[in-house]
Amino acid sequence: MNQKRPEPVQIVKQRRDAALRALVAGIPFVQFLGIAFERHGDELTAVLKFDDMQIGNPELPALHGGVTAAFLETAALVELGWQNLWHEIESGRLDAESLNPATLPRMPKTIDITVDYLRSGLPRDAYARARVNRSGRRYASVRVEAWQDNRMRPMAQATGHFLMPSPSPE
Amino acid sequence: MPDKVGIRGAGKRRFIDELPFCRAMNMVLEEVGEGTAVVSMPWNDRLVGDPVTGVAHGGAVSSLLDTCGGVAVLSHPAKPSTTATLNFRIDYMRPATPGQTITAHATCFHLTRTVAFVRTLATDEDKANPVATATGAFVVQA
Repeated sequence: MNQKRPEPVQIVKQRRDAALRALVAGIPFVQFLGIAFERHGDELTAVLKFDDMQIGNPELPALHGGVTAAFLETAALVELGWQNLWHEIESGRLDAESLNPATLPRMPKTIDITVDYLRSGLPRDAYARARVNRSGRRYASVRVEAWQDNRMRPMAQATGHFLMPSPSPE
Repeated sequence: MPDKVGIRGAGKRRFIDELPFCRAMNMVLEEVGEGTAVVSMPWNDRLVGDPVTGVAHGGAVSSLLDTCGGVAVLSHPAKPSTTATLNFRIDYMRPATPGQTITAHATCFHLTRTVAFVRTLATDEDKANPVATATGAFVVQA
């Protein structure tokens, strides 16, 4: 039996966390909104940290619909980008530690997104998870759901279509 | 919720300034009519969604369109007192040119007792080629 020994857990985590950081940290609007990503294995959860500036209706108060839409779109885009990146770093084709906006694979582009507002967004943190329902060579269809206090009571959901980056000419 | 007096006449600029997120995005209410609105958003590097090309994030454009749609609903002659987005579909036609102001136009083309139907359009300084369009349904209260 000459099976390869599994890599030490720290090495694996370091590589994946570095890749995720490189994917998200370089996007100014995502930083401005206060969106971060938590990772468990390959599963991502987008976290929108509440800030007073996100309010769109001061009387209720409620999150601005645009903040919710931007949060869902970001969760969908990063999930797609992450799935592409995952294969590159796990196969060793890309070195996670040296990734930066210029060396990262191109991000997909949003073609359209439809947002359903299910409940008024409360002034507290929100979470979202995206699921890639179809990812072809040119297009992808992604569904994303956001919730706040209670996972079973989503505040919004969205379906979006994305144009996949054309493979780099190598 | 902003009242319908607040979005007309001298108070119209104030209306948008009272909404924290619109203020954070530097949105400006340019025009408001009978169920129509124009809202602009000057360029800011914080809007960037793609650090390589410097193009604005789709979410920044959709925030502007959602805001403009809401103002159009509140400016409808039926004078709804409050509104909230129920459903919003955005189509992105092309990237907005970095450095340019993005302007949204919205029309509330139908309003029932409970729902307002809205169409919106976003352009940058090249007015002939839309950046994005969106259609939305908003809940309203008399």
